Amino acid sequence: MALLEFRKEGIYCPAADIYIDPWRRVKRALITHGHADHSRWGHQYYLSTTSAMPVIKYRLGDIRIETVAYGEKKYINGVQFSFHPAGHILGSAQIRVEHKGEVWVVSGDYKIEEDGFAEAYEAVKCHSFITECTFGLPIYKWKPQQEVFQAINQWWQQNKSEGKVSVLSGYSLGKAQRIIQNLDTSIGKIYTHGAVENVNEVIRQQGVRLQETTRVTAAIHKKDFIGHIVICPPSAMGSPWIKKFKPVSLGVASGWMMLRGARRRRAADRGFVLSDHVDWPGLNQAIKATEAERIFVTHGYTDIFKRWLIEEGYEAEVVETEYEGELSEITDSKEEKAEE
Amino acid sequence: MKRFAQLFTQLDQTTKINTKVNALAHYFQDADDKDRLWTVAILSHRRPKRTVTTTLLRHWAAEYGNIPLWLFEESYHVVGDLAETIALSLPPKESDQDQSLSYWIDFIKSLGALEEEEKQEKVLWAWRQLDDAERFIFNKLITGGFRIGVSQKLMVRALAKYTGMEENILAHRLMGDWTPDTTTFQDLIITADPSDDLSKPYPFYLAYALEGEAQDLGMPEAWQAERKWDGIRGQLIVRNGELFVWSRGEELVTDKFPEYKVLAERLPNGTVIDGEILPFKDGQPLTFNLLQTRIGRKNVTKAVMSKAPVVLMAYDLLEWAGEDIRQKPMAERRKLLEYAVADCHHEVLMLSPIVSFSNWEALAQERAKSRELHSEGIMLKRKDSDYKAGRKKGDWWKWKIDPLTIDAVMIYAQRGHGRRANLYTDFTFAVWDGELLVPFTKAYSGLTDKEFGAITAWVKKNTVERFGPVRSVTPHHVFEIAFEGINLSKRHKSGVALRFPRISRWRKDKPKEEANTLDDLKSLL
Repeated sequence: MALLEFRKEGIYCPAADIYIDPWRRVKRALITHGHADHSRWGHQYYLSTTSAMPVIKYRLGDIRIETVAYGEKKYINGVQFSFHPAGHILGSAQIRVEHKGEVWVVSGDYKIEEDGFAEAYEAVKCHSFITECTFGLPIYKWKPQQEVFQAINQWWQQNKSEGKVSVLSGYSLGKAQRIIQNLDTSIGKIYTHGAVENVNEVIRQQGVRLQETTRVTAAIHKKDFIGHIVICPPSAMGSPWIKKFKPVSLGVASGWMMLRGARRRRAADRGFVLSDHVDWPGLNQAIKATEAERIFVTHGYTDIFKRWLIEEGYEAEVVETEYEGELSEITDSKEEKAEE
Repeated sequence: MKRFAQLFTQLDQTTKINTKVNALAHYFQDADDKDRLWTVAILSHRRPKRTVTTTLLRHWAAEYGNIPLWLFEESYHVVGDLAETIALSLPPKESDQDQSLSYWIDFIKSLGALEEEEKQEKVLWAWRQLDDAERFIFNKLITGGFRIGVSQKLMVRALAKYTGMEENILAHRLMGDWTPDTTTFQDLIITADPSDDLSKPYPFYLAYALEGEAQDLGMPEAWQAERKWDGIRGQLIVRNGELFVWSRGEELVTDKFPEYKVLAERLPNGTVIDGEILPFKDGQPLTFNLLQTRIGRKNVTKAVMSKAPVVLMAYDLLEWAGEDIRQKPMAERRKLLEYAVADCHHEVLMLSPIVSFSNWEALAQERAKSRELHSEGIMLKRKDSDYKAGRKKGDWWKWKIDPLTIDAVMIYAQRGHGRRANLYTDFTFAVWDGELLVPFTKAYSGLTDKEFGAITAWVKKNTVERFGPVRSVTPHHVFEIAFEGINLSKRHKSGVALRFPRISRWRKDKPKEEANTLDDLKSLL
């Protein structure tokens, strides 16, 4: 019996009778982080990190949830579980599973670069590593975030000098806060879409400091937005909501903006390459650091990445899951819609 | 090249026409004459001759990027653009430079004479000192096909803004068979005289598809109707005893159609005819397919010519007795055209017949006959219209027939590239042949982004098998496929080949059992 199995409900640990990030309703679920494709509604019991819990609870409502600190060992039916920082968003974790000397790690979504907001990623050694590979192609190489934010702030400044509103889209949970934290507020004020501000409120309540933001409401006059920046979820970009900002420059912050084609398709004025997932070098570095021999790839360019890993000398397999990676940052997302 | 790269980034970052025109006009101001002319050349699809094959570029890029070739190819499939894939696969630059655009174009031209190893050395030398945007442009210059969201029309507008000259005049000067090696910015644009170049065609006047109802166009008497023939739009020029044939893509195709040679003697000098290069035999047009296979051939042999002989179906007369008559009204030009064709009296030059009609209902009935006459529909031209340059609304309309449609089941899906790298957008469709689903076409466009998102999620959950980038899926969804024509084909499993297939609707209301059959499809032949 393998320590972890792949079932139609999700990733399953038979020894502990518990699922990790399941996509069907189950009795007991360990949750890596609060994004909707990993943290779903309807389980009878949830376990997450302390810092991920408030958002999960806010999104899923009245659920039975327990928390653990990073690194804390939790035994379930004699199987040892621990959560380790994944650097993806606030509270995100990789889940380490140990039983009878065998160690598996489920990465969830992760990012290697420290962004000054999410708890910094930590390499965890294991025998088998279940990893995402959203951006598992050598064309995806991120620039240091400092450079990206310099470009974003320059764009904002430029728009301000042209008398325009800057509207920038990114996931309301994670990307939005990362952006807010790195904006140069000497340029102007930060306004937020309701979906973003709701998450901000939850995060502030748990004692995390975030730059000052103002919720966009009907009471604010159109003219008051000029020169300032508005942070909204991707789904707001094509909606009537966006019409109240004019004249406007539209920006999108996503890993997909790496490709000209994707930038053009959004019909945004600017695409900034900013992702909360690992890039190609990061992915390879992370896998090496786990010292694992068996790699399971869950979502992204799985077939291609598997072949690459096999050529690199790993045992590698593709696992079908229902995780989305950053997909909904450029298509319509159920997750973001629900919050408007 | 930094200034050109900056221009490129500016053009790429906006979708607003005016911003693009301004960026380009500014660039024209900053650049020197040589770079200016090359920019005009590139934006009118004239590029330096290819001196390095793309196969070599791929190998070198994979090697320098330190990845296996297959992985480079997979990346290329996702990116959809070779120049961009290469730029994204290379390590960061090692040093810096700022040579002009013309310098790099000369550099690329100079590669032609070199041995493979020297080429590689030089290309790598260039890559090492160019940044991401410059590398992309450099690669584009080598591989050709510089499509950067700037139409020739937009470029002409910017040039007009910079030079203070009229757009029409500029458009005409930019036509024809020039390259930056054969002329200068001054000679071509500032001081040019159209008579300098005997072969120079006029810009084509292109019609928009009719919006709304034909009867909204007003009085039928004000309009001239013709059949819309399904060939290649062309311009035939006789000047100084020489014949030139241009295709709409501004390609000189005189040699491809020896049938027209005789017209050099039979038409008077100073004649320019706008018409359709049309495959035609035994009194009727042949299918476009035949013409297409003929264009693809390097040599026009006797066999090819007898299989797909062409005529010129004349639509309009642009120059007569050496005089540009485009400003004369359509009706007047038509009279002259009729005279010219009659006087020429040769079967290879035909007059596009006028379809007479007294009311719009009668014309609709004529339009309904289009398919049996091997035509694509009706062209409507206002009798008092002049001959404009480019695609303009108002005076000319194409009133095409509705496409053929068939309901088919999706059986394979493939990831898109470029714009849609993360979505499943390329599908293969099948119709029923008894109990079997027979694939008969691929189709890409036609769904909204939202629908592509939904189908992508569905494909991921309903994959049966994977073949590289292709997945076979559970037969379930029915789509209406629209197409312009259908032909027998030995190369296709279904025995038919479609022309311009695209998805017209997602038939969520239909279960797969109710999709059409192969017999239904063949009945459209």
